[in-house]
Amino acid sequence: MTEQVHIAIAFERAGWHPAAWRESTARPNELTSPAYWRDLLRTADDSGVALATIEDALSLTDRFEPLEGLRRDRVRGRLDAVLIASFVAPLTRRIGLVPTVTTAHPEPFHVATGIQTLDFASRGRAGVRLVAGASAAERANFGRRAAGVDGIPASGRVEDSPEIIAAFREAGEFADVLSRLWDSWQDDAIIRDAATGRFLDADRVHNIEFEGEFFSITGASIVPRSPQGRPLLTVLAHQTVPYRLAAAHADLVFTTPHEAGGRPGFELDGIRAELDAAADELRTGDERLRVYADLVVLIEDTGAAARSALARLDEWDGAPLTSDARIVVGTPGDVADVVRELAAAGVDGVRLRPARQPADVVAITEKLVPLLRSTRTLREDDGAGTLRARLDLARPESRYVREKVAL
Amino acid sequence: MSRSIRQIHLAAHFPGVNSTTVWTDPTAGSQIDFASFEHFAATAERGLFDYVFLAEGLRLREHKGRIHELDVLGRPNTLSILAAVAAITEHVGVVGTLNTTFNEPYELARELATLDHLSGGRAGWNAVTSSDAFHGANFRRGGYLNHADRYERAREFAQLAKELWESWPVDGVRADAATGVFLDDGVPAGVRHSGPQFDVDALFDVPRSPQGRPVIVQAGDSADGRTFGAEHAEVIFSLHQEFEDAREFYDDVKGRLAQYGRGEDSLKILPAATFAIGDTEEEAKERSREIALQQVRPEVALTYVEQVWGRDLSGYDPDGPLPDVDPDTGSETARGWANRHAAVRARIAKLRELSEAEGLSIRELVIRLTAQHTFVGTPAHIATEIDRYVQERATDGFTIVGHLTPHGLDEFAERVVPLLQERGSYRQSYEQGATLRDLLGLPALQTARAQSAPALAAR
Ligand SMILES: Cc1cc2nc3c(=O)[nH]c(=O)nc-3n(C[C@@H](O)[C@H](O)[C@H](O)COP(=O)(O)O)c2cc1C
Repeated sequence: MTEQVHIAIAFERAGWHPAAWRESTARPNELTSPAYWRDLLRTADDSGVALATIEDALSLTDRFEPLEGLRRDRVRGRLDAVLIASFVAPLTRRIGLVPTVTTAHPEPFHVATGIQTLDFASRGRAGVRLVAGASAAERANFGRRAAGVDGIPASGRVEDSPEIIAAFREAGEFADVLSRLWDSWQDDAIIRDAATGRFLDADRVHNIEFEGEFFSITGASIVPRSPQGRPLLTVLAHQTVPYRLAAAHADLVFTTPHEAGGRPGFELDGIRAELDAAADELRTGDERLRVYADLVVLIEDTGAAARSALARLDEWDGAPLTSDARIVVGTPGDVADVVRELAAAGVDGVRLRPARQPADVVAITEKLVPLLRSTRTLREDDGAGTLRARLDLARPESRYVREKVAL
Repeated sequence: MSRSIRQIHLAAHFPGVNSTTVWTDPTAGSQIDFASFEHFAATAERGLFDYVFLAEGLRLREHKGRIHELDVLGRPNTLSILAAVAAITEHVGVVGTLNTTFNEPYELARELATLDHLSGGRAGWNAVTSSDAFHGANFRRGGYLNHADRYERAREFAQLAKELWESWPVDGVRADAATGVFLDDGVPAGVRHSGPQFDVDALFDVPRSPQGRPVIVQAGDSADGRTFGAEHAEVIFSLHQEFEDAREFYDDVKGRLAQYGRGEDSLKILPAATFAIGDTEEEAKERSREIALQQVRPEVALTYVEQVWGRDLSGYDPDGPLPDVDPDTGSETARGWANRHAAVRARIAKLRELSEAEGLSIRELVIRLTAQHTFVGTPAHIATEIDRYVQERATDGFTIVGHLTPHGLDEFAERVVPLLQERGSYRQSYEQGATLRDLLGLPALQTARAQSAPALAAR
């Protein structure tokens, strides 16, 4: 039997190519409109794509882009990703909704309740992707933290930056607090016992009493336990430090393998070996960490058309497209080949970053997905109601129930 | 008659977690499942309300050291639920309570601007300050502000948020594919703000939203609260429901507007209003009584007096007289509530007076204090009353608080609203594409400041 994978789409404003907004099919004046996001997410939902991530940042500039000399030929401005996801929740039926949240400034309490509410509004399809640390631009917008991460160190290794290490410790605490808050109400906490006049059983709701290096959070969530119990927690990881964050806290990790035996640290076997070692050491739950591979894709009906589209975009931007993820430019068949290769190598899913929105989203849903379906590469939806069920992840029991059982 | 008929504004309060919301009724539904919000929002829209409204609570209430069990508990995150509600509605505004103490201006401003975009200009923000160490314990920064400083922060917060929202001009996105210019030089304007609470050098990352900024609502009642309201608010959600009291509040707050260069119409006052409807006056009174008994069940009544007395009164009979013991303010004093001491004693003296004069039991007293419904009567009576408040300038309308989730608004929308329409003081339909500011009849935003803001060249 062929190995099967789930397909995810990573939504990012006009697409992942910085010049994508100049395409004739782009909708650059609608990037903050409800219609734009409704159309894109419904298209993905209808096609059988398992989940959608939505990018975000708390700044006008991109993550490590210098504040000075702002390039005005790129898309600027965006909407809050958690709210885009919440908005499309009642307008979609099956697709998982996974907005990006940074961990340096937002309050974990607000994020926990926001994602739980997304889980209610989507009837069990919520997740979140955590990003560690704040950029210099984000810090200036908030004005609370003078020092922090200012880019990847010259060595390219995050281990060489004490600021990044600290940011990841904070992200770990953030993730821990989320899952504790999500567990704070047991499923059966609401009793509506008219006889005693008790709406709630206080013994089944738990203040989390979390004390960490970066914050202490005392109370329980204000939101009752949501349909999935714990919404899906995900991170994107490229190196040891984020691999360890994923292994310790995430349900699903997005990785960026390039060709096998290609760039060191960027081939799938090496990534999996690191993840496995980290999981052996750090992982506590019963579930295996799900591994997705990221691909930037630009799709046209012929290879020549795809290459010339890329050339046009690169020329507009003044530089060839670069990415942390492998870039695949070609026909639906070309992309399907790469997806099959990754499937054979054992990933659980492939997250496609469309170079252009909506053009490549349409190509993914109308051409690529049917192709993957016909070759039985696509993991079909078995009608599972929640995102966790769809990804074969069990609905976790609240840790407080477990503790009680263990007593 | 020379004066034109003043138009009534109505907001729909999604039932909260206090004892107003009856959960023991067989028709009471979930306070958290999305289906409840779908039903509630659809009713509000059918009743042509200006907006649906959500309160905020950032920690589960505790009583005698335990999570409170008697009232509805557990509610959604305000912003996320409003974004979802915006998706399933077309006209009605979406307004949420979001405090200024445990949020950061940049983050909240972008969330609210997002909500304004996603709703097509229907977003509103009820800016509250309320917080204390108990709520603060759920946040990174803890409970770090006293009452006076909270409004300091609120003012600075609102000021900074407005600067961020206005830092993008109208139609600020050029997105000229031919020339490759996405944004013109100087867009957005940089926002440099340095104050006691915030010191930022910000570039806002959400393009100007349909309303320019969300409608700002305010709910505090202290002198500081009213000053903040007169300066920044476009709607005030008050608790002044009794006619004379409402008119005093109206005069007081609207009287403060001139010093900020604002006119009477730039601020709407919409007190909370509860109701009980019957086919006859008698039936309505009976209904009101039934609702009150469900709202103030014996155990709820006892909890209320325990909170006022600050001590365990579980031995007392809710149907008997008030406790004869003194309040225990010791523990509160120890937690830094020194000036509560006098207030609590004063309150208890008043409660005793009232209960003795009228021979009220604990439960009857609490019903009197917390479950007197604002409007009780036939639909015609209620419509007449609401209209009278508005025509005589005691309010601009009401924030309707039903007692049931999610059907609590249905009867009001079906029976009272048509009568308001007949009187000519309530809209017959929504105007296509109206923003929340349009629905509320608020003046258009002054955009001059944004237009003349010095462009930050090549930033
Ligand atoms: C009608 C009304 C509704 C309120 N709703 C909320 C609420 O939902 N959440 C909250 O934290 N505070 C709420 N508050 C309190 C805050 O608005 C206010 O910041 C607090 O009372 C302190 O200000 P003050 O002393 O001016 O009243 C409400 C107050 C009133 C009068």
